[in-house]
Amino acid sequence: MEYTRTEIMPGVWLTHLHSDKFKTACMSLNMLAQLKRDTASMNALIPYVLRRGTVQYGDMEAISAKLDELYGAAIEPVVRRVGEIQCFGFYSSIPEEDFLPGKQDILRQTCALMAEMLIAPATRGGLFLPQYVDSEKEKMLQLLRGRINSKEAYSTFRCVEEMCCFEDFAVSAMGSESECENIHYKKLTRHYHDMLQSCPVEIFYCGRKSRREVVSAFTDALMPLPRADIDYDIGTDVRMNAVEEKPRYVEEELDVSQGKLVMGFRLGECMEEPDAAAIFVFNAVYGSGSTSKLFMNVREKLSLCYYASSAVNIQKGIMLVASGIEFPNFCKARDEILAQLDAVKRGEITDDELNAAKAGVASDLRSLMDSQGELEGFYLSRALNGEDYSPADFAGLIEEVTKEQVIEIANSIECDMIYFLKGEEEDNENAEP
Amino acid sequence: MKMQSREYPNIGETLYEATLPNGLRVRVVPKPGFSTCFAAFAVNYGGCHRNFNFEGRDMETPAGIAHFLEHKMFDMPDGDSALNILNANGADPNAFTSEDVTCYYFQCTHSFEENLRLLLKFVSTPYFTADTVSKEQGIIGQEIGMGLDSPGEAIYYNLYKLLYPNHPVKDRIAGTVESISHITDKTLYDCYNMFYRPSNMILAVEGDVDPDMVLAVAKEVLSPQLHAIPEASFPEDDNMLPAQKLIVENMEVSAPQFMIGAKMKPAEKGEKALRQSLVAKLALRLLAGYSSPLYLDLYSKGLLSRNFDYECNVTAGTGALLLGGESSDPDKVLEALNQEVARIAREGLDSDRFERAKRASLGARLRGLEDFENVCVALIFCLFDGYCVFDATEMLAEITKEECEAFIKEHFSPERLAVSIIKAKRS
Repeated sequence: MEYTRTEIMPGVWLTHLHSDKFKTACMSLNMLAQLKRDTASMNALIPYVLRRGTVQYGDMEAISAKLDELYGAAIEPVVRRVGEIQCFGFYSSIPEEDFLPGKQDILRQTCALMAEMLIAPATRGGLFLPQYVDSEKEKMLQLLRGRINSKEAYSTFRCVEEMCCFEDFAVSAMGSESECENIHYKKLTRHYHDMLQSCPVEIFYCGRKSRREVVSAFTDALMPLPRADIDYDIGTDVRMNAVEEKPRYVEEELDVSQGKLVMGFRLGECMEEPDAAAIFVFNAVYGSGSTSKLFMNVREKLSLCYYASSAVNIQKGIMLVASGIEFPNFCKARDEILAQLDAVKRGEITDDELNAAKAGVASDLRSLMDSQGELEGFYLSRALNGEDYSPADFAGLIEEVTKEQVIEIANSIECDMIYFLKGEEEDNENAEP
Repeated sequence: MKMQSREYPNIGETLYEATLPNGLRVRVVPKPGFSTCFAAFAVNYGGCHRNFNFEGRDMETPAGIAHFLEHKMFDMPDGDSALNILNANGADPNAFTSEDVTCYYFQCTHSFEENLRLLLKFVSTPYFTADTVSKEQGIIGQEIGMGLDSPGEAIYYNLYKLLYPNHPVKDRIAGTVESISHITDKTLYDCYNMFYRPSNMILAVEGDVDPDMVLAVAKEVLSPQLHAIPEASFPEDDNMLPAQKLIVENMEVSAPQFMIGAKMKPAEKGEKALRQSLVAKLALRLLAGYSSPLYLDLYSKGLLSRNFDYECNVTAGTGALLLGGESSDPDKVLEALNQEVARIAREGLDSDRFERAKRASLGARLRGLEDFENVCVALIFCLFDGYCVFDATEMLAEITKEECEAFIKEHFSPERLAVSIIKAKRS
């Protein structure tokens, strides 16, 4: 897989991965901005409004007819955050022409449509159509309110919101209900024009077309993109220590049959010069996957739960441990989760545990090269971190991680927040921290 | 014995196939240039196989037993867990239980042959004790609890209660805390010994591997014996009307969630089943897909949120067409659906739209081929249904507009629709 990353226009970067092994090509176009409480909702709404209609394809019906004609090429809004950088734009997947009847020019046509969505939306008097803005705003609010429908996702979101209440990271990639409610189509149009001029843009392509063809398709399509001073001043603020001496505790009651315990940790001083490979291996030893200490002890040995696992956000320097438990088992589960972290801190790691963790992480990274969606995410993060190693390079680093490095990471970690979602009635007497 | 190969030039794949004397069907899709190898070993036994006839005896087993068995299969006689052994070898193993299939699988980037041996070995080594069974009741109890808080699961099972009130498909695959309390090591052994036989199983592999090696390993590890398999007795059901039209439950959700469903009588296994599934999916796309007039109208009127989906679900002798999502007013969605079905019955489908939908369908099929897990699982499920999923692209080209019109008219008439709604507890 041949990799190049080049600036194809001022502030517009293209990552090109040449590969013949897939049946579809994958592309994304991301505008980058600092994640902030007052603009996150507007940024998140922009691609959804743009996807409603363009000058040439005035509504969703016209757009979807065009996409169906291109053999179901997809162009969908995508909004996410990498640390405290908000990325908003479009994700596209297009069938490779080798598998389609006749000669097609699907890449150029899809690029042109995507660029038209970005640059030439349907407007009246230069402003977004209020009915499109209001309709997408309502759907965004439904999505934000709908977080509660999945208790697993809701409890994780709430833990981060409470833990990072003094940081912009508390804001989700999709923004917040209160900011979203305040969006007005005039203000949104103005903001959109500012963003269009100043945001760095990251484009990703993986497929059979050569770099030259992809550069040509995008530079032609993006010709009218206005470019002013590019705002490269974006990044993530990493807080090294817990906010208070003892972990903070927040609980919430809902009518549920199972409790959700989510514990938030700061990765601590290891974030001064983060060794990503060691942090990934630590995470696998401690809590991710079925050889981890959390799975083996909290689930298998104590039968406290169906899942107990950790996940690290390396950009922000935090780790979350989530588990679904019976309400009265709160203390037992919390203590065991902390006890297992202490065990790693003391170096109680067998060779088998360490090797299984390393093999698992390295294998995941090598597999990632067989999935365009995962490659896209991997290379976007790499680009934002200013790194350009491949998944295979990274897998090589994983294999060199030592037990001492894992212990060092563990000793830098501190619990900052304990969040518990519990039932409404009296089942909770044991559930005090 | 060697694998036979079949070329599928239109999708750029080659499929190797063979059946061992013990009845095991093996399928391999070689993928040169990929690092990942995926293997799935599946048995035609799932949540709905609760009552069956074996060697003249009528057997009844507790709800949730197939799923419980799936959890317990990973225990090895030496006290280790197959999960650990595979993990230690760099593989990523897992398993799932559906209504009529239990599937064990792993993905890895090295030592494939060794991992394949381990997979076949642990699935053919039952080891259960009273102690390990009681420990698992705690873990699965929490899995069941998690499902009870999921509005998506509630809405689905509630709908099936209306569509198939006398069929185990309406019950949760994991069972209930009560039903799994009746499971013992003895019942696990009984079910294992009846269903986990090579003649009732399929091995599907995708990756940069030698197909003959896969076959040789299967032959070496598995028992050579051919066994009889119990006959599943699912309740016969010729009534295509739902038992009731509406079911509503309150849960902790932000807005009403709905699922509209209609029964579909599954076609005979084989080519007919493939054709029915293609017609059903294309008809659903034309009726309610993201470029259909119905969807676009409901979306722009604010009657559908961003999450809306549809599927054709054929399992354990049942078939259903399902459309679901979130809406401030599910009644209006149903009303609009009825109007659109009536319009299609009256005016027929638009020819250009039909051709575009077929193109989009072809693109979606190509996309589906990117994921090894998806391919292996589809190969298995379709083979249990008597056809090869790789034949789909060619047959798709033959599907006519008239077939889709007739399908929509027959299956979506108002009396055939049932609706399941989850309402918000507080607003």
